[in-house]
Amino acid sequence: MSLLDVKDLRVEFPGRSFRAKPNEVLHGVNLHVGAGETLGLVGESGSGKTTIGRAVLGLVKPSGGTITFDDRNIVGLDKRARRELARDVQVVFQDPYTSLNPSMTVGDILAEPLIIQGVDAKQAGARVRTLLDQVGLPQDASQRLPREFSGGQRQRVAIARALAPKPRLIVCDEPVSALDLSTQQRVMELFIDIQRQTGVAYLFISHDLQVVRHISHRVSVLYWGDLVETGTAAQVTNDPRDPYTQRLLLAAPVADPARQRARREERRAFLAAQAG
Amino acid sequence: MSKLASSSKEMSAVSDTTAQGGHGPAARTSTFKKLLRDPQFVITASILVLVVLAGIFAGVLSHHGPNDAELSAINAPMGTDGHPLGGDESGRDIFSRLLHSINTAVISALIGAGVAVVVGVVAGLIGGYFGKVTRATTEWIFNLVMTFPGILVLIILMPVTGGDYRATMLVFGVLLSPGIFRIVRNLVLGVKNELYVDAARVSGLGDLRILARHVLFVIRGPIIIQTAFLCGSAIAVQSGLAFLGVGSLSTPSFGAMISSGFRNLYVVPTQFLWPSLSLGVMTACLVLMGNSLRDVLEGGQPRPLKMGAGQRSAQDAATSELAADESALLQVRNLGIAYAAAAGGANEVVRGVNLRVARGKVLGLVGESGSGKSQTAFATLGVLPNAALVTRGSILFDGRELLGLSDAQMRPLRGKEIAYIPQEPMSNLDPSYKVGSQLVEGTRKALGVSKAEAKQRVLALLDRVGIMDPQRTFDSYPHQISGGMAQRVLIAGAVASRPRLLIADEPTTALDVTVQAEILDLLRDLQEELGMAVLIVTHNFGVVADICDDIAVMNKGVIVEQGTAEQIFANPQDEYTKMLLGSILDEDKVREDPPVVAGAAGGAIEGGAA
Amino acid sequence: MIGYILRRLLAGVVLALLVTLITFLLLSTSFEDVAKTILGQSATPDTIAALLHDKGWDRPVIVQYIDWLGHGLTGDFGNSVYDSQEVAPAVAHRLSVTLSIIIPALIISAVLSTVLGVWAASRGGVVDRIAQIISLIGYIVPNLLLAIGLVWLLAVQLKWLPATGYTPLSENPLGWAKSIVIPVIALVIGSVASMSAQIRGRMIDELSKDYIRTLRTRGVSTMSLVIKHALRNAGGPALTVLGLEFIQMLGGALIIENVFALPGYGSYAFNASLQGDIPLILGITVFGVLLVTVVNLATDLVNGWLNPKARLM
Repeated sequence: MSLLDVKDLRVEFPGRSFRAKPNEVLHGVNLHVGAGETLGLVGESGSGKTTIGRAVLGLVKPSGGTITFDDRNIVGLDKRARRELARDVQVVFQDPYTSLNPSMTVGDILAEPLIIQGVDAKQAGARVRTLLDQVGLPQDASQRLPREFSGGQRQRVAIARALAPKPRLIVCDEPVSALDLSTQQRVMELFIDIQRQTGVAYLFISHDLQVVRHISHRVSVLYWGDLVETGTAAQVTNDPRDPYTQRLLLAAPVADPARQRARREERRAFLAAQAG
Repeated sequence: MSKLASSSKEMSAVSDTTAQGGHGPAARTSTFKKLLRDPQFVITASILVLVVLAGIFAGVLSHHGPNDAELSAINAPMGTDGHPLGGDESGRDIFSRLLHSINTAVISALIGAGVAVVVGVVAGLIGGYFGKVTRATTEWIFNLVMTFPGILVLIILMPVTGGDYRATMLVFGVLLSPGIFRIVRNLVLGVKNELYVDAARVSGLGDLRILARHVLFVIRGPIIIQTAFLCGSAIAVQSGLAFLGVGSLSTPSFGAMISSGFRNLYVVPTQFLWPSLSLGVMTACLVLMGNSLRDVLEGGQPRPLKMGAGQRSAQDAATSELAADESALLQVRNLGIAYAAAAGGANEVVRGVNLRVARGKVLGLVGESGSGKSQTAFATLGVLPNAALVTRGSILFDGRELLGLSDAQMRPLRGKEIAYIPQEPMSNLDPSYKVGSQLVEGTRKALGVSKAEAKQRVLALLDRVGIMDPQRTFDSYPHQISGGMAQRVLIAGAVASRPRLLIADEPTTALDVTVQAEILDLLRDLQEELGMAVLIVTHNFGVVADICDDIAVMNKGVIVEQGTAEQIFANPQDEYTKMLLGSILDEDKVREDPPVVAGAAGGAIEGGAA
Repeated sequence: MIGYILRRLLAGVVLALLVTLITFLLLSTSFEDVAKTILGQSATPDTIAALLHDKGWDRPVIVQYIDWLGHGLTGDFGNSVYDSQEVAPAVAHRLSVTLSIIIPALIISAVLSTVLGVWAASRGGVVDRIAQIISLIGYIVPNLLLAIGLVWLLAVQLKWLPATGYTPLSENPLGWAKSIVIPVIALVIGSVASMSAQIRGRMIDELSKDYIRTLRTRGVSTMSLVIKHALRNAGGPALTVLGLEFIQMLGGALIIENVFALPGYGSYAFNASLQGDIPLILGITVFGVLLVTVVNLATDLVNGWLNPKARLM
């Protein structure tokens, strides 16, 4: 039984100049995310992966297709329905520097989703304390401003904010792409821990195959608005069937000189075969 | 914005908040305190407060009404009994008129600036926040308002306003509002697309609440600053109009007093002096106060760049105890680079770096953000920003000391012997010139050839770097080509002169993985063909494994380990290096544990996909 | 590009129509008051009504507007209520006087501001300090006091130049030059203050951009970086500033004209307004709007040409 079900999703953006034709960015994408699982969404620029995330979150209006959560339609919701949905669906964005309001304290940032839900200040305060523990931040963080924290720590705040209303699905839009290597690994571990503890599902969007492989149960590959392959993480990232996925896999460099040399050869052979 | 571009952002002591303007309640008090510590603000604000108070208490302070005329006081000199500043041509007390004029000025400022701010802010919020159509409409309306020169409108509408200065100031306020509108609208547009606003929307926050909580904070600073300036303008304009004789004769104002004083300039010069001084002082205080506000709230005026001055080096910077290595093409010894710290003193971001690039080999300079690796690269090229100071060390290029060379001496090296490829291709091309002409300009500088010859070479180069249709790309503007093509163009430009050393600053970070692979192939080919030494700055060990012969690992301004690629990957010595290598996500490991479903109501539910 | 031009032209025409219509509507509320002023002592309800009828001011406003517009398209803007002069030629003449002051002032100001702004932005140091001080003075000292101060200094104390009066260019070039020097200086100081600060700001923005650094690494000379690249990119916004400044000057010249007793456009507007001379006011408005429209159009066009993205549309 799927938590999130996307069927035949189409999104178009208006053309650049006044009378230009609209530009279809997603051409009928199908995917679903089950409870407690991570669906990794991989694609390069122009693939539309971020657009899918934004459509699920209600930030972009689809021009066709359906998106349902728990079998309820979540497209074009009014303000009240959106607030209700916010209890179940949350987001963690890519840029830790601009996803937190710089003029609000961390405590206020974390409390905001709760206050919107009508939780009273005292309960919200207690929950904020729990959240800080959950993401490994010190308790005094709630009095401080975002600029006093590093990128990795801010991302933890963003994760805590997403967890505040105890959602069942979090859309993660490139959440570790802007982080340093060492921080990246720690934050990835945090994501996995939280999933194990709370059973939240992730729609995990990334351009990095390595990252996606690490956290996903299933993976879907997007190419210029089309879903070209879907399967288990193991299958898609080790033994892909679609030529684009294969190209993607071969293009990612390996952190070992000998193995990278081997992969280069494989890639050369593959591209030659494709051209032939 | 990638985290790596932010390393240069971190270096220039701009904190995130100065750009955003607003602060929370805790920080707000400190803004006020900062203002109180600025003498310019304190002085100008105090003067203004005193002046306004004098106006309010005009009735108490002066013994005559502003329009009471006494024959005996006509053109009375200063110090006459009952008329401390003398009498004007109609026998009215100048002191009294002056104090009442202050009130006129204050009211003008309040109405003029007030209307401008209210109209501008509301329209700016609406025009910036809501959709395209609203934006276009409000833009159009305000263009209309801006179309006509303000004073003329005021004059032309005199029959309608009847000359009453309050109505006139109301109209003036409306005429001034486009400036505020534009500022607010641009700020709102900027904030509207910020991710934290998106996050608030996802949480279910409605538009109005978003405007109130998230957007208003950001516009507070600029609006306060503009209000100060607008008050000054309003007072100046009202004075000007009064000078011309617009408005009721019974309203005392600086302009009217200046006008009559002007007439009597030779008879009694002091009549002219007092209103002019008062007007000047009020406007000066408002402008200076506005400047102080801007300094505190927005971090002050931008600083000029000293173009052509070259990199700054401390006096005896270019020395080092380490022996020079003959076999290295580039040798950096004990390099130190510092920036001024916010609290005073200097903050070293590069603290004694040693590295060497062998001839014809590729060195990967690896580190996380803030390690100082880009700074090292820039220092070699001599293009560190003005705020940076090279405090110590030496950079030897083929035995020649680079530190301490003037910009004029560096220029023949740059682009010719030492070349550079930047990180973000699109922002590194001049948007106003065709791609071809930019390449030709650089090529002519490097090789000293004619324009026609340069063009031929450039076309050949574009072909060599794998661009499909060289002529077409040559004739295109930067915004017409893709990121990958732009990077190829920049590479073509860099290798045009067959440089001996190529410095590449994260050349593939901003590119898609498939494009990255192609660019790495290209760089490898070119390196072999031209026998260039390459210093490639990166944070990606995959890139390093693909293209580097040697590796130098940098952490917090020092090199912690340097060796061949094989050595470092197989057998890292330093703790930091080991930690970094350990953080690389394992290629072979895939997620094994099944999805967890946290206590769903009603029986066992299988987790995972249907 | 042609499409761009035509669209801007159309926008300009629409704007002109709209402004004149709004002005007309606003002025129409004071027909009675104007009639009273004209009649002076002999104003009674009957004579007022008769005058209104005689002038056609009792017709529905829209009808009057269209009538006025129709005549206007043939160049006939009616006659002044007070001295019966034909509006169009009179306004044109006064406008030419004002323009003969504004245009030299603008050119000098533009050149000075650009040099000052570019130098201050790219070199800093002493020139930057000077530029900042000039800006500060220009902002602080109201136009009014500046004009009077200059007259007092140059004409009264030093007696170098005439204090008031205007000699047309056609009559005596040297006399004309002398009569406009002080007004031009007054305008220039005020205008250089704001323009140089803006140009400085934009140049600093531009010079801080990545592509400048990259061009530098290719050995491009500093002069080329500053002038050929940075100034070119900063040019668009700078030109917009210039256009706005021109429009500002048109209004600011008013006070100057008053202080220096120059028979210009601003003082003409002022008097017409005081007297409620409606046909004259309308004529003045039309000329003003047309001028402003032309300036805006020119600025837009140059901007469009400078910006490759717009040019290719």
